[in-house]
Amino acid sequence: MCTMIAERVEIEGSGKGNDGWITISQANVSYDHPFNAPLEHALNIDFVNEALGFDARVAVELSAQSARSLIETIQNVLEQAETEGHL
Amino acid sequence: MYRTDMYEGMLAETVVIPGVDEELINAYFARPMGAGPFPGMVVVHHLPGWDEWYRETTRKFAHHGYAALSPNLYFRTGHGTPENIAAKVRADGGVPDEQVVGDLRGALQYLKGLPYINGKVGIFGTCSGGRHAYLAACQVEGFDAVVDCWGGRVVMPPESLTTSFPVAPIDYTSQLSCPILGLFGEEDTSPSPEQVVQHEAELKKYGKTYKFHMYPGAGHGFFYYHRPNYRQQQAVEGWDKIFSFLDRYLNGK
Repeated sequence: MCTMIAERVEIEGSGKGNDGWITISQANVSYDHPFNAPLEHALNIDFVNEALGFDARVAVELSAQSARSLIETIQNVLEQAETEGHL
Repeated sequence: MYRTDMYEGMLAETVVIPGVDEELINAYFARPMGAGPFPGMVVVHHLPGWDEWYRETTRKFAHHGYAALSPNLYFRTGHGTPENIAAKVRADGGVPDEQVVGDLRGALQYLKGLPYINGKVGIFGTCSGGRHAYLAACQVEGFDAVVDCWGGRVVMPPESLTTSFPVAPIDYTSQLSCPILGLFGEEDTSPSPEQVVQHEAELKKYGKTYKFHMYPGAGHGFFYYHRPNYRQQQAVEGWDKIFSFLDRYLNGK
């Protein structure tokens, strides 16, 4: 581990992995070396369901700027949904 | 030095070795064919896990005449693709230093017990593996050389110490029992050039035999040909330095 910056959060939802849709119960968020993204470090999110084994994992690896943009966009969408009475 | 009229053969396979507390773990083992004697190398994998690059590197050491053993430090997490297991380890916050050092002690003992070893064993690691190699070389008697390639978190602030990582590796420097070669990139942030200087000063303070190289134009992981950080010139030169260093301390050349 080079940065050791990692946290986990319980979540509810679904994710589409190698073998189709799986129920997601946890997100593991880290800022460390990515496996695939062409970056030295990335904001990595692993959506997992540990009860289903190691392969129950949907992974994304984002640049720091992309991650910040995503957070902002998610917040905007949720605020809009709230404003329109969907939440 | 390989010549075109030489016989060359290699045996590479998964084996089982004793890890910490004699608990069995698996390891990838590659050695030249023949009676030897060969020096041994413990090959310590990095954060992305016990992956293909580490299998290749283990075979690279065998190609250069070493009996090379790469223990699976994530064995206790379970089994799956190297990436999925490494992702789980990352989420868990890594593997405890004490466990890793115990597994590396087991790897050393396994190699020392083989009939075709010349009595010398080195240890090599990159990234977290560089840090682990240094820890093992400080805490385990019997290594004859250590190669630390851009091992991060050798220098650790007190607030980052935990029960799994109770002591910063740099604080074990007085116990280092063999020569060390360190390869680093000037553009790396973990370890930063300042941390490398700090590490070097500690080695000097305790009169250790060391050689550190800081490569301009390179960052972290500049040997990894499958990653954008690969730097061809620095990587070729770095491997040359590794084999020269090991020749001197493990082959007596």
